Amino acid sequence: MMKAIVTVTLKPSILDPQGEAVAHALNHMGVKGVKSVRIGKHIELEIEGGEEKGLRAKLEEISKELLSNPVMENFHLDLRAGG
Amino acid sequence: MRFAVVQFPGSNCDQDCVHALQVLGQEARLVWHEETKIDPEEGVILPGGFSYGDYLRCGAIARFSPIMKSVKQAAERGQVVVGICNGFQILCEAGLLPGALTRNEGLHFRCEPTWIRVETPASRFTSHYGTGEMLKIPIAHGEGCYRASPEILQELEAQQRVLFRYCNAEGQEVREGNPNGSSHNIAGICNNGRNVLGLMPHPERCCEAEMGGVDGRGILLGAAGVGRKI
Repeated sequence: MMKAIVTVTLKPSILDPQGEAVAHALNHMGVKGVKSVRIGKHIELEIEGGEEKGLRAKLEEISKELLSNPVMENFHLDLRAGG
Repeated sequence: MRFAVVQFPGSNCDQDCVHALQVLGQEARLVWHEETKIDPEEGVILPGGFSYGDYLRCGAIARFSPIMKSVKQAAERGQVVVGICNGFQILCEAGLLPGALTRNEGLHFRCEPTWIRVETPASRFTSHYGTGEMLKIPIAHGEGCYRASPEILQELEAQQRVLFRYCNAEGQEVREGNPNGSSHNIAGICNNGRNVLGLMPHPERCCEAEMGGVDGRGILLGAAGVGRKI
């Protein structure tokens, strides 16, 4: 069993209104010193079978085709053993 | 009675609430979320909509709006606070009501009239109805699936704080009558002091016959403290 963690984040050039709203709320909470908030997605996949190299290529494809939109998002893939 | 209807950026049922309250002979004023004053004799309505675009979680950001401090104080003083739909989500995020509202079980945004059953007349909000009375009230939400720990659910039941439950057309509490998968078919609950109500259905959308029904009138009139049965 392999576990893949895909982290999808907005490209730095893309405005993140959600992150800005959270930063605004932190300000209302009285939290000082937060310069910026950017929000992304953390996606966990559990995969059975397959060798790591082929799996990595497949996950890259999944991440590009479905989990992220390459126009505005980057993704980071972390593949490890175990459920 | 006068109501303060709070407008957050992204609220979209605020005008409907004001209109419905006025139709029912009550006073209502719109209060921008950056204001900080709720009068001691006012009721508060947190209306439906998509405050802050539902960013992070529904109601998570609205909870930190300046007005919410006053809303909390009003609730603690025993003033009436009603959260409808997004307002219910905000009340849960703010800790004025227990539990949370999560993505509908079927993943669909449901926008349709729904049957709900009055569980107890023992609250001002349900004082116009009898136990088991059925109301047809519209819902319009994507995240209305009520969830809470088993302990909280047990407490809500034991204290008769589940005021409204989804049901089928025969008034039975069954899965088919539950539009979003809420635990215990919960559509609306109140706080321990019974002065704070949160519900997903929209009573303000059914207060005039030409809107397709008047089943919501009793909830708002009850909130206003107007005596039983009009």
